[in-house]
Amino acid sequence: MREISLNILDVAENSLKAGADTVEIDVAFSERENTLTVIVSDNGCGMTKEQVKNVTDPFYTTRTTRKVGLGVPLFKMAAEMSGGSFEISSVLGKGTTLTAVFKTDSVDFVPLGDIASTVELLCVSNPKVNIVFKEHGNNDSFTFESRKIREILGDVPMESPEVREWMREYLTENTEKFSGGNNK
Amino acid sequence: MKSIEELMAIRDKTRKNMTVREDTGDSKIRIVVGMATCGIAAGARPVMNAFVDEIAKRDIKGVSVLQTGCIGMCRYEPIVEVTEPGKEKVTYVKMTPEKAVRVVNDHIVNGNPVAEFTVGAVED
Repeated sequence: MREISLNILDVAENSLKAGADTVEIDVAFSERENTLTVIVSDNGCGMTKEQVKNVTDPFYTTRTTRKVGLGVPLFKMAAEMSGGSFEISSVLGKGTTLTAVFKTDSVDFVPLGDIASTVELLCVSNPKVNIVFKEHGNNDSFTFESRKIREILGDVPMESPEVREWMREYLTENTEKFSGGNNK
Repeated sequence: MKSIEELMAIRDKTRKNMTVREDTGDSKIRIVVGMATCGIAAGARPVMNAFVDEIAKRDIKGVSVLQTGCIGMCRYEPIVEVTEPGKEKVTYVKMTPEKAVRVVNDHIVNGNPVAEFTVGAVED
């Protein structure tokens, strides 16, 4: 993956397949520690202990059609390659939380990338799910919640062009400041 | 800077311009974008966004843009399938946002599938 935001989109799809009605994405930059911490948590169906143990194995998957599952292993690899860490915890019936820490000063650090586009796509294509996005850094924070936006919109569809344009710009403006516009 | 107030203004303006929807909810054409790990890594995100944008921009009714997982041809990702009732499914491979716009214009609007982007064209 060329951007961490693509890994985030990929693992968020797992949360959606787990039947979650809330998916929270938390992105935090720490200048002091030179880290980027990404937490993706959901209230989906969760995993068994056995599944949690195997989920980072690329040759493990719950799919029956194919023998590989690369989403979580790739996310873990990207974090560990930068000198960071990766953790996954899950409770069957309650949900799953993934935590990936990246070292931003490593040459192997993959940039966060177009996170605005990831959040926008998740919001627009999952009308029944509340997508909560939070970003923090430099004593500043930004929160975007798809349910609140839909409440404001009422009967106006989120996918109408003007609304999408507003969302894209609103998300871009509010996320760029955390990485100093140095995302690409 | 964009603000929530601006979103409210957009909502009011859009509501005023909204015509009564003859759309009964049953979409006739389905555009399905592969959004598994392989698809995303190959660039499915901008392709999906391009389809949604173009369909909305042209105000095309009866078309839904959906996602699916991996269909097993990862080397041809991003893959997009277009299905219409009574017609054979068309599978587009190695898609880009630019190709997506062309598929909407030629295939969805005018009914002419873009043969050169299909899986048949790359496999020959």
